[in-house]
Amino acid sequence: MYQHTRLTNNNSTFFQKFRNFDYILLICILLLGFISLATMYSTDGGKILFHTKSHFTKLMIFTMMMLFISFINIKFWFSVGYLSYIVVVGLLVWTYFFGITSSGSKRWMNLYFINLQPSELMKIFIILCLAKYFHRMKLENVNSVYTILTSLIIILLPMGLVIVQPDLGTSVLIAVSGIAVLWFAGINHKYFIYTMLGFVISLPFVIAFLKPYQKLRVLTFLNPDKDPLGAGYQIIQSKIAVGSGGIFGKGFLKGTQSYLEFLPEKHTDFIFTLFSEEFGFVGSVVLLVIYIIIIYRIVAIGANSRSYFAKLFCYGFGAAIFVFITINMSMVLGLLPIVGSPLPIMSYGGSSMLATMIGFGIVMSAKVHNQQLIA
Amino acid sequence: MINSSSDNVKKLNSINRRMFITGSLKFFIMIGIVSRLFFLQVKENKKYLTLSDKNRIREWKLAPVRGEFHDYFGNVIAGNFEAYQLHVIPEQVENFKYVIYRLKDLLELSDTEFKKVLKRKKEIKPWETLIVSNNLSWDKFSKINNHLYDLNGVKPVISISRNYPFNDNFTHIIGYVSQANEQDIENTELIKKNFVPGLKVGKIGLEKSFEEKLIGTNDIERYEVNAYGRRISQLEFQKGKKGKTLKLTVDTEIQKLANELLQDKAGSICVMDIFTGEVIAMHSSPSFDPNLFVFGISQDNWQLIRNDPMKPLLNKTLQGKYSPGSTLKPIVALSALENGIINTSFTVRCTGKTEMYDQTYHCWKKEGHGYVSLRNAMKMSCDTYFYEIARKLGVDKLSETAKKFGLGKKVFDNLFEIEKDGLIPNTQWKKNTLGKGWLLGETIITGIGQGYIQTTPIQLCLMTAQIANGGHKIYPKIIIDDEDKLKPRDYYTPLYKNSKNIKIIQDAMFGSTNEVMGTSYRSRIDNPKYQFAGKTGTAQVKKITERERELDLKTSEIPYEQRDHALYIAYGPYVNPRYALSIVVEHGGNGSTTAAPMAKKLFKLIIDRHEIRQSINDKKYLEI
Repeated sequence: MYQHTRLTNNNSTFFQKFRNFDYILLICILLLGFISLATMYSTDGGKILFHTKSHFTKLMIFTMMMLFISFINIKFWFSVGYLSYIVVVGLLVWTYFFGITSSGSKRWMNLYFINLQPSELMKIFIILCLAKYFHRMKLENVNSVYTILTSLIIILLPMGLVIVQPDLGTSVLIAVSGIAVLWFAGINHKYFIYTMLGFVISLPFVIAFLKPYQKLRVLTFLNPDKDPLGAGYQIIQSKIAVGSGGIFGKGFLKGTQSYLEFLPEKHTDFIFTLFSEEFGFVGSVVLLVIYIIIIYRIVAIGANSRSYFAKLFCYGFGAAIFVFITINMSMVLGLLPIVGSPLPIMSYGGSSMLATMIGFGIVMSAKVHNQQLIA
Repeated sequence: MINSSSDNVKKLNSINRRMFITGSLKFFIMIGIVSRLFFLQVKENKKYLTLSDKNRIREWKLAPVRGEFHDYFGNVIAGNFEAYQLHVIPEQVENFKYVIYRLKDLLELSDTEFKKVLKRKKEIKPWETLIVSNNLSWDKFSKINNHLYDLNGVKPVISISRNYPFNDNFTHIIGYVSQANEQDIENTELIKKNFVPGLKVGKIGLEKSFEEKLIGTNDIERYEVNAYGRRISQLEFQKGKKGKTLKLTVDTEIQKLANELLQDKAGSICVMDIFTGEVIAMHSSPSFDPNLFVFGISQDNWQLIRNDPMKPLLNKTLQGKYSPGSTLKPIVALSALENGIINTSFTVRCTGKTEMYDQTYHCWKKEGHGYVSLRNAMKMSCDTYFYEIARKLGVDKLSETAKKFGLGKKVFDNLFEIEKDGLIPNTQWKKNTLGKGWLLGETIITGIGQGYIQTTPIQLCLMTAQIANGGHKIYPKIIIDDEDKLKPRDYYTPLYKNSKNIKIIQDAMFGSTNEVMGTSYRSRIDNPKYQFAGKTGTAQVKKITERERELDLKTSEIPYEQRDHALYIAYGPYVNPRYALSIVVEHGGNGSTTAAPMAKKLFKLIIDRHEIRQSINDKKYLEI
């Protein structure tokens, strides 16, 4: 049906593609991978134990996969935009019925080599889907009721499937990814402003409908010292860890908060806390700079792409990654309530890394094939 | 191409504009995150560093080593010994059930003890120490050591604990220690500060009074701990200070003799240096073994002590309030002489009883003493004579003299919280407390130390000492305290108006012991080295009815609780006196037959020990 999806239909050779790689982005990703490995090694108490090994294996496999994706023509990713979205929605439905329940929520499906969290994949594939949706659309049609309704359904469907798991954090992040694409696609900014206002006004009502543990998180965020050993424990310990790091940190493998086990969930959502305790303000800023360069490169690749689809994906993905990073950091620094959101690449967790690497791969593919036009 | 080129341009313009807006937004958010990091890590660093240290560093206090008590010669009378204990850290035991039952067999634990151990195990964390036994005998301790190969995780430990080597001899002086309870912690700041579980503090006696000097300071161990409180590594060990060792004025040999003399009797013996006020011995009988309390007394032992009819828990020397009986007579006579009521030639005819104010007052000797002078009245303890001079003297003048010589108020001030005042009555007192006027008949029986008057044995001892030293004020003490060099200003101030009067009383007391017809003649020692002077006393515990008077029962024929208390006060050697004593034997019958013979044995030892005591003194001066 689509001739241009054939892999053989490339204009450039393998080596030309290789030369077209964005090496700055690649180096930054590898650097980040290395830092994440070192941090994981620290969470294992300075030994190569389960988490380090597992993280290393995933990092290797997924980096390879990212490189492989880079060589696939961006047209292919355009063509599978809807399909991949539908597949992931299918996975979410499957998870709803047959998923694995862990700590009160049904998020994972058991593949024999990995426990996959489809909601993490959705963060990327919703961008792909919406980018394709808006690719062909004329600007005057973007703000039509039909378009807006359709795109809202595309966003709300997976959101709903994730909320029932229940996993509020991830569903919000999926929404953010989707909304980012809508924003770049040119939907009237009034809608964003109204939605924002509406959200702020309805916030108290939303809180009233939250589950008790979610309500507790919000209250804890507002006043963590109210229950320092209970609900406020995580955020207090996290702030202590970051704060005690100081300018240069306590040194690699010397983070007392982490190795004496005061830090909760140090492998996953709170990994930045541990990094920040051991490497201090300077280390944290260096890590932030690496992330900023990555995001900058993603945006630059988007800007240099000829196809609107590629642009839309890159900008959307760049914005999404930025939001993931800032939400995670704001959370561990006590600026936002605790919502489960991993730090891309750094946090332990296969699904999140898989999704992020797929995203990087598609971006890299856009760079390699930046002259590619998509009909 | 579906998109027209003009539409494409418009779309590109739109997306680029929005990218610019997004980029600026990202910039500001990044600034926000970096400033938050700066705030936490640079500005507030100190605060969080402190919090992080507070998280990870925990102090463990170890029980401080308690100061000791030594007697005058440096013998340890309350010390520390190494208690053999058995500790188990449940986490380190592979098969806890097996080990604990094995221990139960080896230690022959009773079911209640065993249940207590299991209960304690539930209360602690698995890595905390479970004390299975806190004071094992050497036999059991070595038995455990021999079986250690199959008791993985069991630790035989040697720990420091209180020990009273002389068992019941000093219980009423130094008291005992036991586990600190909530009240102890609340009332004493220093206990609160040094508290560790299992800390033992003084419960009564000097152990309690000098708690703050004895307690010492904790050893402190600083550990790095993880979030669950498990120790990871030791950071510091700070050695504590042992508590101050207190030296007593007491002579263990004399104390032991006092205990021996009062064996199976209820009563008190105290011995005092008449010049320095040093208490040489102070014993209340029956006593009990303070070692029983150190690790918590068992219910059986406690009931045994508590229900003993001779009341071992009562410190009779300080708390026991007795009618002084005839031992008051030296003071009555002295008061009469001092106030010029009588002189040495004043004579009374004793017929065995006398009628005054429509009441018959009996002398202890039915047939009477005939004409008696002061000296003979003292010697033979003639009651009639003292009825007469008490009547002439009046209770107010008598009480004044008695109080001057130390009766009716605490001898050690606040040193012992249990010490009682006793009571020296006068007209004012009766009006204030009972709201009634004083009756003359009450004066008369006060003259022979009966009625309202109540004194403690230590007061009688002090009174005797002050008569013996020629009527000079002294302040008794039991602790040799270097800080307490400054003596009260009125030390050795005369308590008399005319020193001749004291001499007269001393002479009469000499007669009472060393001359034929004297009430304690049979207990005399003729050797002038040991010769002492004394006065017997027999205190009625109930009024003697006419019927009983006629029956004239022997002591052994009267029920124990109704028998008279036997008292004796004495000082010696008669020439150059140095020591005074008081003896009270509850329900002992008669002062001259029960109490006075004890004085004879005591003086032998006291005088013999004098030179040794002196040599210690000389050494002290040499050192200075």
